[in-house]
Amino acid sequence: MSAASTEQSPADGLVTAAVHVTGVDKIFTGKKKATVTALEKIELTVAPGEFVSLIGPSGCGKSTLLRLIADLDTPSTGTVTVFGKTARQARIDQEYGIAFQQAGLLPWRTVSANIELPLELHGVAGPKRKARSAELLALVGLTDFAESYPDQLSGGMQQRVAIARALAESPRLLLMDEPFGALDEMTRERMQTELVRITAETGAAVVFVTHSIPEAVYLSNRVVVMSPRPGRIRDILTVSLGSAAERSDHLREDEAFFTNVSRVRELLHGEAPVGIRGVENR
Amino acid sequence: MRGQAGTLRTVLAPVLLGLGALLIWQLVIVAFEIKPFIVPGPLAIGSEFGENIGTVLQGALVTGGNALVGLVIGGVLGILFAIVAALARVVDELSAAVIAALAVVPIVALAPVLYTMFGAGAETARQLVAAIAVFIPVFINTLRGLRQVRPVHRDLMHVYAASAWQTTRTVTVPGALPFIFTGLRIASSLAVISALIAEYFGGPIGGLGKSITSAASGSNYPLAWAYVLGAIIVGLVFYCVTLAIESFATRHYKPST
Repeated sequence: MSAASTEQSPADGLVTAAVHVTGVDKIFTGKKKATVTALEKIELTVAPGEFVSLIGPSGCGKSTLLRLIADLDTPSTGTVTVFGKTARQARIDQEYGIAFQQAGLLPWRTVSANIELPLELHGVAGPKRKARSAELLALVGLTDFAESYPDQLSGGMQQRVAIARALAESPRLLLMDEPFGALDEMTRERMQTELVRITAETGAAVVFVTHSIPEAVYLSNRVVVMSPRPGRIRDILTVSLGSAAERSDHLREDEAFFTNVSRVRELLHGEAPVGIRGVENR
Repeated sequence: MRGQAGTLRTVLAPVLLGLGALLIWQLVIVAFEIKPFIVPGPLAIGSEFGENIGTVLQGALVTGGNALVGLVIGGVLGILFAIVAALARVVDELSAAVIAALAVVPIVALAPVLYTMFGAGAETARQLVAAIAVFIPVFINTLRGLRQVRPVHRDLMHVYAASAWQTTRTVTVPGALPFIFTGLRIASSLAVISALIAEYFGGPIGGLGKSITSAASGSNYPLAWAYVLGAIIVGLVFYCVTLAIESFATRHYKPST
């Protein structure tokens, strides 16, 4: 059932894919020439406006894949294109916004100055920057904290600032590397609901790395399940839980939600139970 | 309420300890009839200090002024040089040996040479000695700080396709501020000490160092100690002012995610 969904992607044809990854391997060479295959034969296409989650146990290369798309690393073989451009060109043209597990705010800048950082670096004029940061602060619900410093905010608020910063240049693609990984469960669920709303409002495509199954299912149009050593895509699952507008907190109680959660769980632990008995390292 | 009591205790305890120490000192002087050329009592030093407050203040201004000029010149050069060294690896490698050599030179020992170079009537030699003494700790600490960029910030600047100078300006230098201030804090005391000691080797009169030597050679020991007290106060002022600027400038630098 899920095998069929692997093939469907509206990317080929008239629309340029937001992300197109073909035949990508990534091999890291460590000390004493020991090599680690982080990724093997990765094929992935993300359509514009689509929300795709990468899920898998630690060491499955999901973060590495995201870093390749962001041009923070280069693939050993294969190609990565973002909106038809090479990953490098897409980075230089600021085709995507990015958020990491750590908010990574500059502690010496106010919240609004942090959001304005990318705009400032790319030569956007002062008044325009101010207007944009005010807009984004309203979007993430932090208008009252514009002049606060990061150390005066909670972890969840800092992460919201980081998301606002990622959205500063209205990118059509958002790359997120476990952005809610360090947050408590309650904050996490609230942030997820907000993210669904934000992506609906901005229409951006999202590649979202996580190791939380409910999070992946709740947020995504498609969930990419990965397996470790070497990092491969085990399967891609299409989750159809309705449009962003229909997705509220009630969805977490929904039958379809649970069905999809268990499908992802089966895929993760599926054929080879590496994840479960990962302790036995030979 | 409790916070207030806490502050009171942190302030009061060292003050009481200091007063106690002074009292014992005075008692020992009186009880054992110790001669002033060995150690004068705090009362004698205090009264000399009070009587000569004008000249002590003038001396403090001269010595403190030299130290300040040295601190500013050495500090600015140290920071700028560290930025260049952090940006260009070649500069760093070329200068490493020179910096190491400079760090072990007893800088004050240069004073007599510098007096002949710049003339014994000018304060230049003293300011230069202070500047060299300041340069080393500021340079070393700043360079260390510039290398401490957090990976997430480095990634971010790469993502923004920021130039090396943009990265330096917006992330590296502000991030190194705590380290720069550590260097400056060490350097502030060094600047005063160097400017003071440099006076022992010649140059114009008027500074605290010269006053200490002339009072001591005139056998006026309590007065010499009064000038020493002045020098201690100048050093403390330098240290405390740098500390105050530091805690203001880095007030938001708590570890954040």
